[in-house]
Amino acid sequence: MYAATVGARRYVFADLKTLMAKATPARSGDALAGLVAETGEERVAAQFALADLPLSTFLNEVVVPYESDEVTRLIIDSHDVRAFSAVSHLTVGGLRDYLLADERTAEGLAALAPGLTPEMAAAISKISRLQDLMVMAAKCSVVTKFRNTIGLPGRLAVRLQPNHPTDDARGIAASILDGLLLGAGDAVIGINPATDSPERTHALLSMLDEIRSKFEIPTQSCVLAHVTTTLDLIRQGSPVDLTFQSIAGTQAANKSFGIDLALLKEAHHATLSLKRGSVGDNVMYFETGQGSALSANAHHGVDQQTLEARAYAVARQFRPLLVNTVVGFIGPEYLYDGKQITRAGLEDHFCGKLLGLPMGVDVCYTNHAEADQDDADALLALLTAAGVNFVMGVPGADDVMLGYQSTSFHDALAMRDLLHKKPAPEFEAWLQRQGLVDTSNRIRPQTMPSHFRALLPGAA
Amino acid sequence: MSGDLPDAPDDSLWASLRRLTAARIGLQRSGASLATAPLLAFRLAHAQARDAVHAELDMAKLTNELGDLGVAVLNVDSAATDKQTYLMRPDLGRQLSSSESTLAPHAGDYDAVFVVSDGLSALATQSHAAPLITQILPAIKGWRIAPVVIVRHGRVAIGDAIARALGAACAVVLIGERPGLSAPDSMGAYMTWQPGEHTSDADRNCISNIRPAGVGYADAAFKLAHLLNAMRKRGVSGVALKDDSDRLQIGGP
Repeated sequence: MYAATVGARRYVFADLKTLMAKATPARSGDALAGLVAETGEERVAAQFALADLPLSTFLNEVVVPYESDEVTRLIIDSHDVRAFSAVSHLTVGGLRDYLLADERTAEGLAALAPGLTPEMAAAISKISRLQDLMVMAAKCSVVTKFRNTIGLPGRLAVRLQPNHPTDDARGIAASILDGLLLGAGDAVIGINPATDSPERTHALLSMLDEIRSKFEIPTQSCVLAHVTTTLDLIRQGSPVDLTFQSIAGTQAANKSFGIDLALLKEAHHATLSLKRGSVGDNVMYFETGQGSALSANAHHGVDQQTLEARAYAVARQFRPLLVNTVVGFIGPEYLYDGKQITRAGLEDHFCGKLLGLPMGVDVCYTNHAEADQDDADALLALLTAAGVNFVMGVPGADDVMLGYQSTSFHDALAMRDLLHKKPAPEFEAWLQRQGLVDTSNRIRPQTMPSHFRALLPGAA
Repeated sequence: MSGDLPDAPDDSLWASLRRLTAARIGLQRSGASLATAPLLAFRLAHAQARDAVHAELDMAKLTNELGDLGVAVLNVDSAATDKQTYLMRPDLGRQLSSSESTLAPHAGDYDAVFVVSDGLSALATQSHAAPLITQILPAIKGWRIAPVVIVRHGRVAIGDAIARALGAACAVVLIGERPGLSAPDSMGAYMTWQPGEHTSDADRNCISNIRPAGVGYADAAFKLAHLLNAMRKRGVSGVALKDDSDRLQIGGP
């Protein structure tokens, strides 16, 4: 039991997950789950109690039962006591102060990461402002490699997302061409297939590999099919650079995705065995998003932001190249409006980075959420300032397959210019070789390089 | 500024490329940013999509169209009483209101039930449900098909309750997907074999983006029939059952 006193009133919280939920800044998904603080004062009272909580509490009280949940077992069993010893005497509030202190370096925080549990990271974020989330995340540096190097200081990578409603190869190629011209694609060229058929996935993988090889692009490709589809295709010899999977923070939510830790481990090993990376061997691409566990009725009475952080424990087990929180995709019943989406995006980025993950964010919203381009612009700028590893690049910000608005090639370009960020170094050199960079070192294609027309079978 | 805009030869190239995809490619720039024309075009599309989300399904009209196919049609409501409640309370959209009494007299022993719901785009269901059902019925001759159930404000999982109430082995839910800027009328088809209390999304197969400019009615009916037959033969649905119908259509690796 936990408690805090405000004036004459004493607030009591039955257990850790209740305290965490009540301390969470307001969002619709927690209201849907019936977990929110009843008043503003109760919320802040919970934040006071949470701030005073010794970090060791999180090792002794779990929010989802150890016996019935393999994600909890992973978190507890893989906890690095030696790394934790630097902060083991602190409270949640004390850890926030520790992270904000001038003495913290990227190296020190990387060494600390295995000593922190997702619930500790989530707790800090609940008592932090957006500015804190940005400042603390910016101190972290998580660099990953496959055919290029992602996450270096001063860099902002972009996933080129050329989706097409029927997976039409020429339509996809046209969007890839547009994105490459505008400097997108260094994080990955990644297609969400319209159906999960192995034949279609194989055809798309082959097309992406052919384009990458023909133009000698120092990047990686991915078709975001279910892990079982990709695993089968690896066995059949398809050109798989990265294995993708959506993951969540409880065993039951992962089951609703058709996965468990053993399957991810098998996929990780199979992908590693292909040895297709040229500068590194980070071969996994994970996507997450607050609300997925509740959506699968697998939340165990835990708030959605804490569960999202627990998904990062799953991710970090497999040394991913990319982890992407698709923050506004799930809809207004989980994140109601631009304000809630903005906060969730910065929370996820911070928690992921603190836990040692190469975080990107799909800054996005659906047409049934109370949000628009102004909200997306604000979050994208805040994340870029906070050092996000990568963002999405969708033609004109309009994903014509998934039916939602993400960020555009132009958006990423504007952020690179405004906040002085460059693409991944190998990719930047490639852009220069293609003549897509002007004399001021900005990505400014003047006209279509003639050899790019070879990307356009039968179109040009 | 003109130096940043695609020059004339590229203009015609992008015009030809835009015939290959509805994606917003080759947009005019001012510096790194969008030029004014594509900026306002986007804003208009978003305004129209927002308006579409809040449109309501004309159940009487759809009932008549399906009735013309010679199938029995039942109308029910979910427990979400209005659009705003539907958007914010997915749990209510998965439950039937007091509709068991509507369904009970029609309970029987069926192979499949088609459930049609407005979902997030009444426009999609209104436009595509009847044409798709027209094409699928001849492809599954011999199946015992329950009356078609039209649901107002229903989520995918409401099909589970309906299949159980009617005694159908398989639920096929046709539902309006969230409207995109370029596709405010995409319909999804979700198939679940023997849905029960513990059915999860991993137990469903899905064909998304059904509309004339996406996955057309004939293609969707072909895939649907293929998956339904595979489901009945193997007694499973979801991730255990891959959609390998493309192998039949385009030839596999």
